[in-house]
Amino acid sequence: MDKIRVIEVKESVFKNNNEHAALLRKKLKERGTYLLNVMSSPGSGKTTTLVNVLGRLKERFNIAVMEADIDSDVDARTIANSGIDSIQLHTGGMCHLDASMTEQGIDNLNNKNYDLIILENVGNLVCPAEFDTGSIKNMNILSVPEGDDKPLKYPLMFEVCDLVVINKIDVLPYFDFDVEKAKANILMRNKNAKIFLISAKTGEGVPELVEYLANEIIRFKTEE
Amino acid sequence: MHELGIVFYILDDVKKVALENNVEHVNSVTIEVGEVSTIIPEYLLDCWNWATNKNELTKNCKLKIETIKAFSYCETCKTEFETVKNGKTCPKCGGSHTYLVKGDEINIKEIEVI
Repeated sequence: MDKIRVIEVKESVFKNNNEHAALLRKKLKERGTYLLNVMSSPGSGKTTTLVNVLGRLKERFNIAVMEADIDSDVDARTIANSGIDSIQLHTGGMCHLDASMTEQGIDNLNNKNYDLIILENVGNLVCPAEFDTGSIKNMNILSVPEGDDKPLKYPLMFEVCDLVVINKIDVLPYFDFDVEKAKANILMRNKNAKIFLISAKTGEGVPELVEYLANEIIRFKTEE
Repeated sequence: MHELGIVFYILDDVKKVALENNVEHVNSVTIEVGEVSTIIPEYLLDCWNWATNKNELTKNCKLKIETIKAFSYCETCKTEFETVKNGKTCPKCGGSHTYLVKGDEINIKEIEVI
């Protein structure tokens, strides 16, 4: 009769990923590369927002975008057409990116001296929140048609985001979206969250977001 | 929705432990899942059965799931309360300055091997 043994493991499933993410963050700090992980629902205007925001940052900084999708490369091509280095990451059916997939993406970019790398995560408000990608900061784009109660429905997503961009404010008159309620809901999840109101389509509010990101990148590159 | 990813993480760890301990076969894996971990046990089991049967080491390996109750802490009145029942609002003082103490974890507790 085979002898059955019990081995105690007592380890978090996320331990390896968290360790990997910490190492990646250290490497990025040494290179002076600010990695921003952008998360949102499908259709919130991530790619349009990035084209608009990065178009105003690309004269000042060296930028690359990594587009994560389950399949297709439509978003990567849109970004590339705007004159910014971009690659498409396929998650092979998985609903999120982790630190090792992120690092593979970074290693496959054209060069190593980017000031800013944007990771456009899979459009989904649940799974990406669970996995540390090694990013310096996390940003969420919440669009007006989705409703002001999203932070109540997806608590973890809004807890892990340092920056929340409320997009599509040009259509506010047509929706029951209460901006003050949305802000209160976001701050309830993370009292330190920075909130910006923009319309990626009309450009309203975009300069403020651009200035904020520019200052963030400079502070990151100069601080010890 | 990210159950398959979680299963791959668990199996990576299990394979590592198996290699370190000269294991022939893994009979079962016991995990602890927090009440508010966003994992749906039924989906996890489906993914588990598919993934474990792909190699000899884990063929027919059982997944045992133990639940960890979620508790939050209220900064205002310094008490702990049950998260699932009350959400972010303290049932004692009604305050919303609360944070999760435990209940969002997914841990591998132990594995039973031959």
